[in-house]
Amino acid sequence: MENILSFIGDNMDMIYFLILAVLLGVEVISKVPAILHTPLMSGANAIHGVVIVGAIIVMLQASPDDYVAQAIGFTAVVMGTLNVVGGFVVTDRMLEMFKKKPTIKK
Amino acid sequence: MSLNILEISYLIASLTFVIGLKMLSHPDTARKGNLIAGLGMLVAIFATIFLFQDYDSSKIANYGLIVLGLLVGTIIGNIMAKKVKMTSMPQMVSFFNGMGGACAALIAIIEFRHHDPSLRLSSFDGAMFIMLLGLTIGSVSFSGSLIAFGKLEGKIKDRVLPFNQAFNMAMLLAIVILMVVLMMNNQMNNPLFYLLLVLALVYGVMFVMPIGGADMPVVISLLNSFTGVAAAFGGFLYGNKAMLTGGILVGSAGTILTILMCKAMNRSLTNVLLGAFGGTKAGGSGKEVGDQSVAEISINDAAVLLSYSHSVVIVPGYGLAVAQAQHICHELDQLLEEKGVEVSYAIHPVAGRMPGHMNVLLAEADVPYEKMKEMDEINPKLSNTDVVIVIGANDVVNPAAKNDTSSPIYGMPILEVDAAKNVIILKRGMSTGYAGIENELFFYPKTKMLFGDAKDSLQKLVSEVKEV
Repeated sequence: MENILSFIGDNMDMIYFLILAVLLGVEVISKVPAILHTPLMSGANAIHGVVIVGAIIVMLQASPDDYVAQAIGFTAVVMGTLNVVGGFVVTDRMLEMFKKKPTIKK
Repeated sequence: MSLNILEISYLIASLTFVIGLKMLSHPDTARKGNLIAGLGMLVAIFATIFLFQDYDSSKIANYGLIVLGLLVGTIIGNIMAKKVKMTSMPQMVSFFNGMGGACAALIAIIEFRHHDPSLRLSSFDGAMFIMLLGLTIGSVSFSGSLIAFGKLEGKIKDRVLPFNQAFNMAMLLAIVILMVVLMMNNQMNNPLFYLLLVLALVYGVMFVMPIGGADMPVVISLLNSFTGVAAAFGGFLYGNKAMLTGGILVGSAGTILTILMCKAMNRSLTNVLLGAFGGTKAGGSGKEVGDQSVAEISINDAAVLLSYSHSVVIVPGYGLAVAQAQHICHELDQLLEEKGVEVSYAIHPVAGRMPGHMNVLLAEADVPYEKMKEMDEINPKLSNTDVVIVIGANDVVNPAAKNDTSSPIYGMPILEVDAAKNVIILKRGMSTGYAGIENELFFYPKTKMLFGDAKDSLQKLVSEVKEV
């Protein structure tokens, strides 16, 4: 128990950060019209692709003789990139549909 | 020096995520918001590649593989995202979400392989704890998303195993116990770590399996926030602020979005997750309707009926999306408008497979915004509507949601099309909707069925209306 408390104490900045970011996320998303739910979910999906940064860090640190780590890291980089690129492009395509608003055909 | 620039880059990236997400929640700024967040992501990625320094800066390596991985991912991701049809968007999002989850889990695996618990600073191994959580949540998100993907593609059928809920609870308990064991018995390369990986992957499958296809949007949204949380754990591990902001933001925003979606269906999240549809499929099928007959309508009669009415409301559903009938539907709408018929679209919050799915499809066919009406706006007007055309929608117009307390969808707000003077239903056959229940609307005297592929029927209608 004491260990866990001291862990929390050591990471107090992070915990503040965490709480504020959670509240920010809630605040940012409230009052969204239903038509934007899908693009918003897709956009959020692209944003958590930031996990790619972690994959890159892992690869930068992997020793060149550790082939297993390299193989796993490479897969992680590819998958993370898929998440980022696919996510943003799909969202853009969805939103492109909405943009046609002013061009009402007569 | 470069380390400071790196931190500032992460600050910029974090800001763009917040601003991007905020802009994404307004129709006018949404596209720009997506672009801004994308640019921030580029900044974070390139800053990491060029500026990241390990504590002993000798260990920086593998540039070639990283660039190759980025290239491969970019090319494949781009092709997939560009080629996917608008109708398949939801499963595409699910697939990309699964990739993110897998990425987070793989990071945890690599870190675990050279994690030495004897080097920890305090007796509570925080890094290990975070790795375990990242591994579990990332893996659940990965396998769960792929099952959701398969379900929406129609490759995986809904399947409720006996004692599925009990089994899932037991698995969850096993996962928690295994985590505790790993924390207590913390040694380098404990093989139990990989058992946890397997359990988490299986749990993801079992978690999504019994949930009905109609509820997949909610599940995808939930798994989306899971991946966000997994990414945040990665950020915790490296003290990386960009990963933390991005991950937590998506984690909390995704949870709120999930709840909003559930609200649109008037159901609670637990109700969705415990598979109310799946569970009561056999029991609550409502009234005996099997023996009643339905009335069909010919294309010709339908065309005349439509041409001579004052107001027509079109209710699009997943059937419209599957048949790719949005363009021909708009053509019919324009044709009728030329004849002086007032045409609008009634869009149920969960029509299709995702909220907003129908709006995207119709917008693709150039249907103007003003004609798409939300449920609350159109329902009071339906009693003054001459004809309602239901195209491939079922559960969202099922009156059982209003008047049959034993129905599994009882309480879900519906489009009250039974109030209109005539209802024409375009449908392929008498099969039930995703909730798997009969729709008594089909047997009402004012309802006429027009069987056939939605696109095909609409095409015939268009040419017939031209001749009236």
